[in-house]
Amino acid sequence: MITLAHYITLGAVLFCISVAGIIINRKNVIILLMAIELMLLAVNTNFIAFSRFWGNADGQVFVFFVLTVAAAESAIGLAILVVLFRNRATINVAELDSMKG
Amino acid sequence: MSIELFFFYAFASVLTASALAVITVRNSVHAALFLVLTFFTAAALWLLLQAEFLAVALVLVYVGAVMVLFLFVVMMLDINTESTREGFARYLPVGVIVALLMLAEMISLIGIKSMQVPLSPTDPAGASNTAWIGHALFADFLLPFEIAALILTVALIAAIALTLRQRAGVKHQTAAQQVRVKATDRVRIVKMASEKMSTDSGEAS
Repeated sequence: MITLAHYITLGAVLFCISVAGIIINRKNVIILLMAIELMLLAVNTNFIAFSRFWGNADGQVFVFFVLTVAAAESAIGLAILVVLFRNRATINVAELDSMKG
Repeated sequence: MSIELFFFYAFASVLTASALAVITVRNSVHAALFLVLTFFTAAALWLLLQAEFLAVALVLVYVGAVMVLFLFVVMMLDINTESTREGFARYLPVGVIVALLMLAEMISLIGIKSMQVPLSPTDPAGASNTAWIGHALFADFLLPFEIAALILTVALIAAIALTLRQRAGVKHQTAAQQVRVKATDRVRIVKMASEKMSTDSGEAS
């Protein structure tokens, strides 16, 4: 018998994997972007599971918007990354300290 | 164990393994390819949840567009793997501990009791999942839908504007000037008085 908790637990596992990925890959911006995509995937899975559970379309509509914004975010993020690499010739986060933040 | 549960466990194990591979492999190209596998498996799980439209949209948008963009960028940039890998072993225990703690907290929130409540057996969408989403999208969420379209347009313009550059010393055409050109810019007709042939030289020849 498949339950709502199966899917939510899967979402939690996926989210925790991506949090661990952000912590252990702190130097590589591309892997960081990929981990963010994984987080959004985990959240989307939860949304769809709840939408199915309650029989309500709003969850799936929200997933649609999350997909849209995530696509825009990754496009702009990768564009910034390309410009960054062109100017600094590195994507190592530790070396991107010109703003002294 | 029902067949649906069997497929859930199969897809969930592939999803977890490929997500782990994304964050641990050394090569960024391999990470991107494992991310493709993750998205594909997630689409299969969404199909199990009867969200057919979003599953197909995930494959089209993510596997088809976003991951190709990732692969392009990863292959275009010359990444020094060694310098981005440093600190991996140092942060690994911290990452594992934080992830396990978060997972324990989340699972304790989800609880054991909810394991006994099955998903509603009937398909709430009825015949067509796409029509179901479409009715909700264009009746209740029309303004957010148009804002989403605007966001995509802004992202498109921003991505092009960020990466556009004029290289110095490269010959290129300016289309606006080419269109605006007139015939008088190309050919200049010069009126000249015709030369008089000198009489003595004419007779000599």
